[in-house]
Amino acid sequence: MTKPIGVAAKTRQIVKKHGGGKSAMIAVLQDIQETFNYLPKEALKAAARAMNVPMSRVYEAATFYTAFSLKPRGKHVVKICKGTACHVRGAAILQDRFETTLGIKPGGTTKDGKFSLETVNCVGACALGPVVVINADYHGQVTISKVDKIIKKINEEGAKS
Amino acid sequence: MNENPDTQARQIMDNLTLYYGPKKKFIAICAGTGCRASGSLKVKEALEAELKKQNLSEVDVLATGCLGFCEKGPMLVVHPDKYFYQHVKVEDVPEIISKTVARGEVISRLLYRHPETKKTLFREEDLPFYKKQCRVVFGQNGMIDPARIEDYFAINGYQALGKVLAEMTPEQVISEVKKAGLRGRGGGGFHAAVKWEGVRRAHGDPKYVIANGDEGDPGAYMDRSLMEGNPHSVIEGMIIGAYAVGSKQGYIYVRNEYPLAVTHLSIAIEAAREMGLLGKNILGTDFSFDIQITKGAGAFVCGESSALFASVEGRAGEPRAKYVHAVEKGLYDKPTVLNNVETWANVPLIINKGADWYNTIGTEGSKGTKIFSLVGKINNTGLIEVPMGTTLYEIIYDMGGGIPNGKKFKAVQTGGPSGGCIPESLLDIPVDFDKLYEVGSMMGSGGMIVMDETSCMVDVARYFLEFLKEESCGKCVPCREGVRRMSDILEDICAGKGREGDVEILEAMGKAIADGSLCALGGSAPNPVLSTIRYFREEYDAHIREHRCPAGVCKALIAYSIDAEKCTGCGVCVKVCATQAITGEKKKAHSIDKDKCTRCGACIQSCKFDAIKVK
Repeated sequence: MTKPIGVAAKTRQIVKKHGGGKSAMIAVLQDIQETFNYLPKEALKAAARAMNVPMSRVYEAATFYTAFSLKPRGKHVVKICKGTACHVRGAAILQDRFETTLGIKPGGTTKDGKFSLETVNCVGACALGPVVVINADYHGQVTISKVDKIIKKINEEGAKS
Repeated sequence: MNENPDTQARQIMDNLTLYYGPKKKFIAICAGTGCRASGSLKVKEALEAELKKQNLSEVDVLATGCLGFCEKGPMLVVHPDKYFYQHVKVEDVPEIISKTVARGEVISRLLYRHPETKKTLFREEDLPFYKKQCRVVFGQNGMIDPARIEDYFAINGYQALGKVLAEMTPEQVISEVKKAGLRGRGGGGFHAAVKWEGVRRAHGDPKYVIANGDEGDPGAYMDRSLMEGNPHSVIEGMIIGAYAVGSKQGYIYVRNEYPLAVTHLSIAIEAAREMGLLGKNILGTDFSFDIQITKGAGAFVCGESSALFASVEGRAGEPRAKYVHAVEKGLYDKPTVLNNVETWANVPLIINKGADWYNTIGTEGSKGTKIFSLVGKINNTGLIEVPMGTTLYEIIYDMGGGIPNGKKFKAVQTGGPSGGCIPESLLDIPVDFDKLYEVGSMMGSGGMIVMDETSCMVDVARYFLEFLKEESCGKCVPCREGVRRMSDILEDICAGKGREGDVEILEAMGKAIADGSLCALGGSAPNPVLSTIRYFREEYDAHIREHRCPAGVCKALIAYSIDAEKCTGCGVCVKVCATQAITGEKKKAHSIDKDKCTRCGACIQSCKFDAIKVK
């Protein structure tokens, strides 16, 4: 078995893959987030060193873009689309339901680390609105009872595994 | 330039088209994001398996990009008869193969039924949704599997490139596009050829060509569907543009939320390289050009040109003042052409069919077609492509089939957060760049969000300002602070704390923000507020003076109650209520405790008897 590779070492690999130039900053951060599910501080420091830029430059990009998270995210990331089409079809009602059922606000993660709640400006599946994307699955024409079913299903799957 | 290799370019493309195209018998199943969510990939697998089982392997199954009528997904079209089947399930597949594919018989239960005449309609072009459309750009989606370059060859793909390299000088290309009057589909409506000309003339090397696929306007997804469904049309347009301006490097900037678009574009770029359509010495000529994909990371402002450049360069996407225009100093301060994805997809068409043909479509000032996403409170949701100059009425009632559930139309929102809401009295205006601007909205990238009597216009204005408040990059004060203050005032109005004079303050601030902001995000940010004040002033007044939300949306101003005559006492609402606000005996009319009720809407959604009233 190969030795598990550290955060910094993995980050250096990612930077190398993108050629090391600072124009690849966003792509590097995306890969870091994909690998670790968020942007660990250690990885950001390592990236700054490997790309030969000040930490402030990395932090600037990491905090400017909403796709990046500096906190660990849950196993299942629930993204509620807040596009206009979803808004007029009741996205706010769904957000309320997720908030009260999971007990977290957008940007938060449940204590058991199972769910994170996020809002997205538009996922571009407007004809199906209101839309909720969970991990990579699109759920269209979501109603409150569908929200309850979705959460229940994920919880049951979690109990089995 | 050497002449021989150039004429050869045309020859290569002619041979490829002849070799691959056009297909006769095939099934086109929509595998756009919408239909995928409705389960179309499973149907596709079933189709392939069933064809094999019934020994019809010569029939091809195309997993196409979006076919537009997302409401009816999963949907498929059986060629050559072009029968259109909607809401197809895996269980329907054996019958589709044995009847329609093998014997050409239709299965009437899968056909579209006209909502009024109740007649079943066989083909795509018979459907009211498609009938008045002019799908010269978007219609190609239904003929190709975006992951297969040979499908694009089969519909004359890259023929325009062959023609350009063999027969046209860069100046001729620019002049043809100019003659066609192609205007930017991303929202601004700037003439594409003027940009190209500027970059061609500008000093500086290298020159860059960029496709803006950062479709940020909420409620718009046509660029997504083009990148996913016909990536080669965008790439071909970019190569032609690069040839015209003298560029060697291009970028496609794609939104973070569009993973499938990234996948299909990557496959397409790789395939184009293999075929010698990208890279060094394209089609044997001495013209070289390559394209790289850059992914966004969720920032609306990155759709703005200078912010997009910053983002491609790996920095925070903050716009800069444009004393010097992008055609001279754009990406890395080099001359740059930035056009929207849809604009690029129009280019091969103009070259193939000619500017004169292109000029026959559209209005005086806006030529060609435009793809719109018709969404919100409308019966037929989906993507439509119409000639410029089609009226809003035709779009909403003829193609869109009107408003669902017998509700009354209130407004249509165009242009995303930079646009405005257009009321019923203006539904007769022809849709083009200039007309929409005149009525206080704009074309934007093409979102059309329809709202009915249950949509509150103050809430819509509040929604957009909240959106813009979050998306403002924070660099300039008018946008950062001004939008925030406007948003605060709107929050107050929606919460019943509006004061006399608020509307006037909003108007004055709106003007100041529009005048003082650095980029178009701030410059157009007040539009949703100003246009709703202009056309729906009475709703603002009802909120402020009477503490009433006429549409029944703003939570602080409404109360739920149960209509005792309609309530059957079934108890469904009791189960869904998160705050135990509903009580009542079984089979008797229930009641709502107004203090406990959070007006979340769960009971309204669950009630089958329409018994819950909002006031």
